[in-house]
Amino acid sequence: MHQGISRRRALVLTGAAIGLGLLAGCNVGGAVSFNGTDITGADFGRDFRLKDPSGRERTLADFKDKVVLLFFGFTQCPDVCPTALARAAEVKSLLGPDGDRLQVLFVSVDPERDTPEVLNAYTAAFDPTFLALYGDQQQLAETAKEFRVIYQKVPTGDSYTIDHTSVTYAFDTHGKLRLKLSHSQSAIEYAADVRKLLHAA
Amino acid sequence: MNHSIRILAAAVVLAATAGSAFAQANVSVKDAWVRATVPQQKATGAFMQLQAAKDSKFVSASSPLTPTVEVHEMAMQGDVMRMRQVQSVELPAGKLVELKPGGYHLMLMNLKAQVKEGDTVPFTLVFEGKDGKRETVEIKAPVKALNNAAKPAHAGH
Repeated sequence: MHQGISRRRALVLTGAAIGLGLLAGCNVGGAVSFNGTDITGADFGRDFRLKDPSGRERTLADFKDKVVLLFFGFTQCPDVCPTALARAAEVKSLLGPDGDRLQVLFVSVDPERDTPEVLNAYTAAFDPTFLALYGDQQQLAETAKEFRVIYQKVPTGDSYTIDHTSVTYAFDTHGKLRLKLSHSQSAIEYAADVRKLLHAA
Repeated sequence: MNHSIRILAAAVVLAATAGSAFAQANVSVKDAWVRATVPQQKATGAFMQLQAAKDSKFVSASSPLTPTVEVHEMAMQGDVMRMRQVQSVELPAGKLVELKPGGYHLMLMNLKAQVKEGDTVPFTLVFEGKDGKRETVEIKAPVKALNNAAKPAHAGH
């Protein structure tokens, strides 16, 4: 009984939301607004050619029909990288059944220490479908340049850490770069954008 | 806004967890935890809350787990995440200072073995008062899952 009421209310709310969405769409000529920065048509971040932990070479074409969230990081990073991966896992769960059409890609900026074994275990700790990508220093440099990402080794004691750009890029189901999302945005904001990209196709 | 709510909620969740180690001295330490690693991962972070009765600073930490424990500060400069070793963390009297993702953390490097969820890591923390007097606090920090940040505030998940 109670459930019936709340379901009906949810339907009404959904209807209202769709109505508002249509109105908003009319007002701005069909354009969709995102939480991330809309960079549709960008002349960078077009593609990559990197290996996954099984050694298979990957490009964006491998993830056609999925929305791709791609960001750079390294496994020795105690703060931003696990936070970004944990958020990505939360985004996937917020998407519900649509989560199957999300591909999260984690590009290592530390090929020296991030061996395929470490990378595989690391991303799997957040979600088994998340994929780490890596290349040699040359391939990494080229990929970072293409994606306007900077990374810099910083010595600390007898080890080092790596400063790096922490944005997340979102690609639509046709493999086109669409959005740049910030580290300060929430899983809910990310999920809303991914959902729009999935359903705009 | 959303972010600060999440952090606050996370702090409440942490505060509710058992295993807090309160020292009776000038500085109290609570809700310490270490992020788990995967095999062959050589570094991870430790987080905690510090509160000093008198103006003090947190100067160093050591652990039998690894000879390399440093205090680091993460800061965002635009879209770039930067991490730097700091010499000390100021603890103004009575103020709760959090070592948490997005700010300060203990950086554990050159790890020789995997740090597994459910393990406990001992630390010796060294604090210094305004008079230059040093105080050490021994704590035992539980190891939490690598993806611990995943479910900070959502009780339903």
